[in-house]
Amino acid sequence: MADSKSVLFKIRRQGSPHTSPHWEEFSLAWHPGMNVISSLMEIARNPVTRDGKPTTPITYDANCLEEVCGSCAMLINGTARMACSALIDKLEQPVRLEPLSKFPIVRDLAVDRSVLFENLKRAKAWVPIDGTYDLGSGPRMTMEEQEAAYPLSRCISCCCCMEVCPQFNEDTGFVGAATISQVRLFNTHPTGSALKRERLAALMGDGGIQECGYAQNCVEICPKDIPLTRSISEVGGAVMKQAIGDLFRK
Amino acid sequence: MKGEGDSTWQHFDDTVYGGDFLANQPPVKAMCDAAPGIIDLLDRMGVPFNRTPEGLLDFRRFGGTLYNRTAFAGATTGQQLLYALDEQVRRYESEGKVTKYEHWEFLSAVLDGNRACRGICAMDLRSMEVRTFPADAIIIATGGIGAIFGKSTNSVVCTGSAQSALYQQGCYYANGEFIQVHPTSIPGEDKLRLMSESARGEGGRVWVPKTSGDTRDPKSIPESERWYFLEEWYPKYGNLVPRDVATRAIFKVVYEHNLGIDGKPMVYLDLTHVDRKILDRKLEGILEIYEKFVGDDPRDTPMKIFPGMHYTMGGMWVDFKQATNVPGIFAAGECEYQYHGANRLGANSLVSCIFGGFIAGPAAVQYARGTSAAATNGHFDTERKHQEENNAMLMKSEGDENPFRLWQELGELMTKNCTVIRYNKNLQETDGKLVEFLERFRRINLSDRTQWANTSVVFARQLYNMLQLSRVIAQGAAMRDESRGAHYKPDFPERDDKNFLKTTKASFAPDADEPKFEFEPVDVSLIPPRPRKY
Ligand SMILES: Cc1cc2nc3c(=O)[nH]c(=O)nc-3n(C[C@H](O)[C@H](O)[C@H](O)COP(=O)(O)OP(=O)(O)OC[C@H]3O[C@@H](n4cnc5c(N)ncnc54)[C@H](O)[C@@H]3O)c2cc1C
Ligand code: SF4
Ligand code: SF4
Ligand code: FES
Repeated sequence: MADSKSVLFKIRRQGSPHTSPHWEEFSLAWHPGMNVISSLMEIARNPVTRDGKPTTPITYDANCLEEVCGSCAMLINGTARMACSALIDKLEQPVRLEPLSKFPIVRDLAVDRSVLFENLKRAKAWVPIDGTYDLGSGPRMTMEEQEAAYPLSRCISCCCCMEVCPQFNEDTGFVGAATISQVRLFNTHPTGSALKRERLAALMGDGGIQECGYAQNCVEICPKDIPLTRSISEVGGAVMKQAIGDLFRK
Repeated sequence: MKGEGDSTWQHFDDTVYGGDFLANQPPVKAMCDAAPGIIDLLDRMGVPFNRTPEGLLDFRRFGGTLYNRTAFAGATTGQQLLYALDEQVRRYESEGKVTKYEHWEFLSAVLDGNRACRGICAMDLRSMEVRTFPADAIIIATGGIGAIFGKSTNSVVCTGSAQSALYQQGCYYANGEFIQVHPTSIPGEDKLRLMSESARGEGGRVWVPKTSGDTRDPKSIPESERWYFLEEWYPKYGNLVPRDVATRAIFKVVYEHNLGIDGKPMVYLDLTHVDRKILDRKLEGILEIYEKFVGDDPRDTPMKIFPGMHYTMGGMWVDFKQATNVPGIFAAGECEYQYHGANRLGANSLVSCIFGGFIAGPAAVQYARGTSAAATNGHFDTERKHQEENNAMLMKSEGDENPFRLWQELGELMTKNCTVIRYNKNLQETDGKLVEFLERFRRINLSDRTQWANTSVVFARQLYNMLQLSRVIAQGAAMRDESRGAHYKPDFPERDDKNFLKTTKASFAPDADEPKFEFEPVDVSLIPPRPRKY
């Protein structure tokens, strides 16, 4: 593909949550190093469709452009992934761009991912420190503990794992793999574990961890290779144990 | 730390020296004294810092110091700090202590008849609604200004638009001419991504084809037709010359000899001669980043690199309480100028951001407690209408200038003339061009005129502010006839403490529509200036 002269894009556009979507095609001159974001930037500099019709620049979210902020997730040729690391030379043409399908659309390729942040709030995904004043050093952690926590801490809140999860939909209200994995992260932190029971309780019942069908789509799509199914089974075990314990305490 | 006899005083000295003595020293000292406590705080928040066998924080060395001083979390320290702080904010949100307005763009401060701040005016990036938020005091924390240089290592939201808007409303902008460039970034079509300098450390050789416009595959270019310019110019150090020397040499080869690869600003950083096993063992993480974002395997193909705009040392002028000159406006983080002088040390930024926040928060509260209500509230409506009119004007404008294209030109101009090597003639030309760009801005044409999530309007507004702030950078650089820290003029290669041991303060002259400058002495009361030689 490296010698083809132009790159073809099919982009799903939608002016607002209340209008219906349509497709637009764009043709850009090929040059080395193009990725999806640089192509969208190029369209903004010359917003004309393939058949010469003037149009508007495409609305999309992006910020860090290096897979840190998680904002640029979209469907690229049908796959949920980060646009900032999607190299054109490695994609089939026409390159099809669509917004994530399971999140409220804002406009064009931009969606509202706030459900994840609300879930993280409900699961108390933080370390409950006393305050930001100087209280001396933190808890000791072994190298092994750090090495176990580190991969989990690399989540960029992109929501890809939720997009591809067969259980993540309005009917189930399932929290999704990312939040479950964050629960594992904070439950294993020496100070974070103070909220362990509350976090596990937040994952019980409808929409909780039980909704997971272990389809493993999440772990395959995660751009940060987070061991999500491992997190799900560990947290699932802990939730179960706590639920049974609660039953006996009643 | 690490039993090397490091101390907060040593950190202070490294910071002041690294900044070429341009930072006021008392706040820098206070920051360094607080730094160990800040690391502890982040550790307590759960940042997964690397550990020693005993379970303590591990530290490593960064540029500009001889000590293993920097805590780190794998290869993603910055991300980890950001997420840890974000988690704490979420916690406060869930406790009802913080209300977050995400997807809103700050447009301007609301100033009363006495030019004191009474709140802000902002725009909802989705509904495009413009509204004002009353406040007794505000703290600006809007980061660096990378977008002014088109492509940089910064995030795309780092436009400096807020700082510029406030400068145009009467805040001083200090040391704007000090821009840090990282010698080895990966030039992308969309941005510049940081490439660790260890690639040179492990034997990477820097070269360009000897003939301009040579489009051959680099591997097929014979040795005799390659120019290893660092090895030729600096036989003693070769490819291992210090950062600033490497950066300037690469700039010279690209812009003065016109030998950038494919006529573009890039040179080869070649590791293909190094044993694969060594590369995998020592540089795997870095090589993977290159592979992911560029698509080539650096073990087989020479990498393309170029110096990239990385950090904004200058920023909003603040006093030792992080207060700007406009009552009620405070600033913290990369958007202000306080801690790094003429050059920032590696790893010092995040500490300065958090420390600045520690000072700004209580200071703003104290200010708010002492302030009385404004005489009238009319200025809220006035400011909102003013900003709504700006939007309406942009929407209506029927010119022929595409804002995104104009931005590309701005970035190229600023990168070429206002980063690594500065000549007065070019700086003056740059300012002339900027005036032209501001003219062209009047003829802007937004192809998008809808009232929902319209990114063109928002961007056009940012672009205008970028243009205004660019003039502060170009003119500030032109005035400073010396070389200090990141500011280098071949015609004035020495530091000149007699004339320029001074903070540059730019203020906006609305009638002339351009910056005017004054200079303020630097507080060097703790460490007497000495020559900076690494
Ligand atoms: C690739 C890279 C690597 C780095 N590595 C290190 C390192 O190892 N150690 C170190 O100490 N430093 C490092 N730095 C520097 C450090 O990350 C930054 O200086 C720091 O993040 C700045 O923080 P901040 O809070 O001031 O601004 P930012 O983190 O940039 O945040 C600014 C915020 O303001 C918002 N904003 C901007 N304008 C507006 C507006 N008009 N309205 C509303 N919101 C607005 C933005 O959306 C953003 O959220 C690195 C920087 C980069 C780019
Ligand atoms: S394992 Fe399957 S069902 Fe469970 S979270 Fe992952 S994708 Fe969803
Ligand atoms: S777990 Fe992976 S896929 Fe899910 S949000 Fe985090 S980074 Fe994205
Ligand atoms: S833009 Fe931040 S992850 Fe892609």
